[in-house]
Amino acid sequence: MCGIVGLYYKNPDLEGRLGEMLSDMLIQMTDRGPDSAGVALYHEPAPAGSVKITLQGPDDVDWGGVADEIRDGLGSRSTLTPLANHAVVVAETGGDADSDRIAAWLEERFGDIRVTSIGSAIEIYKEKGLPAGVIDKFALRGTAGTHALGHTRMATESAVTTEHSHPFSTGRDLCLVHNGSLSNHNRWRERLRRDGIRFQTDNDSEVAAGYLTWRLGQGAGLNEALEAAIADLDGFYTFAIGTREGFAVLRDPIACKPAVLAETDDWVAMSSEYRAIAQLPGSENARIWEPDPATIYSWEKH
Amino acid sequence: MPSFDLQDAGVRELNAYLHSDGSADQAVTVEHPGGKHNVAAGAMHDTRVDIHGHVGYYCAGMNDRALVTVHGNAGPGLAENMMGGEVRVRGNASQYCGATAHGGLLVVEGDAAARCGISMKGVNIVVGGSIGHMSAFMAQSGILVVCGDAGDSLGDSIYEARIYVRGRVSGLGADCIEKELGEGHAAELGALLERAGMDPDPSGFRRYGSARQLYNFRIDNVSAY
Repeated sequence: MCGIVGLYYKNPDLEGRLGEMLSDMLIQMTDRGPDSAGVALYHEPAPAGSVKITLQGPDDVDWGGVADEIRDGLGSRSTLTPLANHAVVVAETGGDADSDRIAAWLEERFGDIRVTSIGSAIEIYKEKGLPAGVIDKFALRGTAGTHALGHTRMATESAVTTEHSHPFSTGRDLCLVHNGSLSNHNRWRERLRRDGIRFQTDNDSEVAAGYLTWRLGQGAGLNEALEAAIADLDGFYTFAIGTREGFAVLRDPIACKPAVLAETDDWVAMSSEYRAIAQLPGSENARIWEPDPATIYSWEKH
Repeated sequence: MPSFDLQDAGVRELNAYLHSDGSADQAVTVEHPGGKHNVAAGAMHDTRVDIHGHVGYYCAGMNDRALVTVHGNAGPGLAENMMGGEVRVRGNASQYCGATAHGGLLVVEGDAAARCGISMKGVNIVVGGSIGHMSAFMAQSGILVVCGDAGDSLGDSIYEARIYVRGRVSGLGADCIEKELGEGHAAELGALLERAGMDPDPSGFRRYGSARQLYNFRIDNVSAY
């Protein structure tokens, strides 16, 4: 069992409340997933020509030292903003291939630091422990942004570590949270690895994120990639997916994992259960429905 | 009239009251259920319970005698294993409502999701809207009435429950077949629709039930169902 939540603003006036509203939702999902919690936030896009990378280090990481080395290695205009054992690096990039090179350099240069997201707007924060602790540790309540996903994990198929926590991001600004279990993830992981997708764990949900990255890399749109996922990924899942501009929800054809969607003029929200949505202002008048099996629901800014 | 605001009171407090003799013949209102789990579970007496808002998992589970009305939507496992009384949802119900229920009447005025009435054992279920896939799987006895459509694999591995559907059936499960809807069935269906507060006209419904090829049915035992 796990809990997932997603929040996507239609009304930009609410963007200042993203962290607060998402935190209220996530806390409600504590008893669905007390092992670990994580969020992906889309906010403060990096300037044109720059890449934003989230780093995750050990608790005693010396971010000051890392920042010095990054300025030497990636240019003097690179910045590092630490937040507990995570940090956000913004560096100049010559394009996607250059961004990948930068991410690879960071992981190689600092052995105990991992890259958890690459993109322009996405930042990922995740940690073992209860959602309330994770929210406090990363001061999430004060964060603004356009949309966000969150996950509370009760592990069923791989270890309880920060690395195995959701959300997983395997492509630029793309991330995925998952409630369920996939049964053909090992085969897909091998195939996707051969096609150049990088995986950091043996977690099944990371394979789903990698699968979408792979399809999008082949030129598919998000909806096309999700259509293909229905045919290719075997198992139980409710997915919530974030992209730089969009937000999507998909359940497997059996649909035994719960999901509720709600929409008002101001926001779209999804959760494993209604009680997370009940925390949101305006929820009492929201249109509320259960997403149908094997049906893609997506929202995108135009 | 006893009232419980679940923003302040715990669900256990409400349920303990519904298990106590003092709740007999009372009318109870429940405010701000907020999607909480197990609201009004195991009510044992002739109590009228009105819940204003949406409830989470297992609302009115094991209901024995109460009349429980949810003025909103219900999460998974509504009225699971209910034994009697009446449970009514004004909105929609999530998956496996009425699962394994032995008796009483369950009414969902909106839609019910997948696995509605799975392994039902004597409950009567009336759904005003449509139901999802795998509904009435291994249903043993009782009646499932659907005024809208039914999803895939309706009545898979069904025993002796009776199913009536007015709309389209996406597909029948193993050993479930359409059967003749006779006068007795029309009377049974009309009476149940009326009890549920729906349009009592049984015309347009089709009846489905077991082909009795999958389980070891002996006509000598028919009175046992």
